[in-house]
Amino acid sequence: MKISRLLKTIFMIDFVTGLLIAIKEIFKAKKTINYPFEKGSLGTRSRGEHALRRYPNGEERCIACKLCEAVCPAQAITIESKERDDGSRKTVRYDIDMLKCIYCGLCEESCPVDAIVQGPNFEFATESREELYYTKEKLLENGDRWENILAANIKADSSHR
Amino acid sequence: MDSYFSILFTEVYKILFLLVPVLVSVAMIVWLDRRVWAFVQKRRGPNVVGPFGLFQSLADALKYIFKEIIIPASSNKLVFVLAPVVTMTLALISWAVIPFGEDFVLADINVGILYLFAVSSLGVYGIIMGGWASNSKYPFLGAIRSAAQMVSYEVSIGVIIINVLLCVGSLNLSDIVMAQQNLWFVIPLFPMFVIFFISALAETNRPPFDLPEAEAELVAGYQTEYSGMMYAMFWLGEYANILLMCAMGAVLFLGGWLSPIDIFPFNAIPGPFWLIFKILFLFILFALVKATVPRYRYDQLMKLGWKIFLPFSLFYVVLTSSFLLYFDLLPGK
Repeated sequence: MKISRLLKTIFMIDFVTGLLIAIKEIFKAKKTINYPFEKGSLGTRSRGEHALRRYPNGEERCIACKLCEAVCPAQAITIESKERDDGSRKTVRYDIDMLKCIYCGLCEESCPVDAIVQGPNFEFATESREELYYTKEKLLENGDRWENILAANIKADSSHR
Repeated sequence: MDSYFSILFTEVYKILFLLVPVLVSVAMIVWLDRRVWAFVQKRRGPNVVGPFGLFQSLADALKYIFKEIIIPASSNKLVFVLAPVVTMTLALISWAVIPFGEDFVLADINVGILYLFAVSSLGVYGIIMGGWASNSKYPFLGAIRSAAQMVSYEVSIGVIIINVLLCVGSLNLSDIVMAQQNLWFVIPLFPMFVIFFISALAETNRPPFDLPEAEAELVAGYQTEYSGMMYAMFWLGEYANILLMCAMGAVLFLGGWLSPIDIFPFNAIPGPFWLIFKILFLFILFALVKATVPRYRYDQLMKLGWKIFLPFSLFYVVLTSSFLLYFDLLPGK
């Protein structure tokens, strides 16, 4: 062992230098955001909570083609359809088991009418499992609530489709 | 009979007056530890519960209280339950002899430092009991490591204490502080202070010597099978021990309750506050070390303890005693 190395070890030069660096770092700006009060930005394609969208006139977009049900790798989606009086096919049941869902985004991708989408909301934790079995009403309500952001996201992403 | 009860009540009152602040400060010190650690890593740390997140530890404690206590079926139940109790009791009873000021100490016994040393040595038992009674691999390995580590570093702490005692000539902690009125022992015995600090890190299983609970290898060491309040008691005991080691360092080397210089703005601050400042200073050093230094390997740890610290502190004992003898400075003459 070299003398200089030995002296360095005995006087703990490296250790003290590290300690000084640590003290310096304390006063620097924080790199993390103050999460519940401050949120990071999300991309337009972020895949969060699901929503069923409507047309501007209030009509449901979903045509019950069941492509999403077929493509869903976790088999989280259950759809039942019925012909309506005006001859159009509509869903009577559209359930997503959010506990099974793996948030892969395939349902959104497969949808021919942009009905089922995944919104930017990722803070939908609940106190019971039952609350995470989403029904059609819940999904439509989500769609109404997030429509502005959802429409803007789809528009922003349209050139890549 | 009447006087017996009055003495009993004053003693209980005194003990509560000491223990409640110690327990509260243990909770605060956990917060401080996490905060300093986070700040060094440019994170924010706990900052939501209460002002600056000060009540985080209380929230954690509340969570632990409401959690279920799980006792493994194959464990030795009596010892398993006893282990955290032993750890916490031993961590708390040692505070009896720490002098917070002149005549401001719960038990002003003549062999204070020996008592402190004995009690902190007994602390190993809580860990061994916990590790053995769990009847599981990781806790057992963690307990063995922890016991070996604490015993090794206790030896060098003992020799370091001899260094201080040579300069004081008394085992009473108040006497040790009063002997530092002119010169804190950190100056003449600086190498010993450094070794004491490192040994204290090892003694309390703090990083870089946190091998007993090396996550990647041993899950959580001897605490693996514990849950709920029992885990919280281990955790309280551990931090109370850390605080105690800081207090010991402050009393032995940093002049206890004495102010650094005996002039107006400094000596107007009451003694206990000076002791608290010094404990806090040492604790922040503990936290900074935790944030900077990577974990030691086990053989390096043992090598450092037995082959470097022990011979060096023994050599320093010889140096100190010959210096004192040569210049006729031996105390108690």
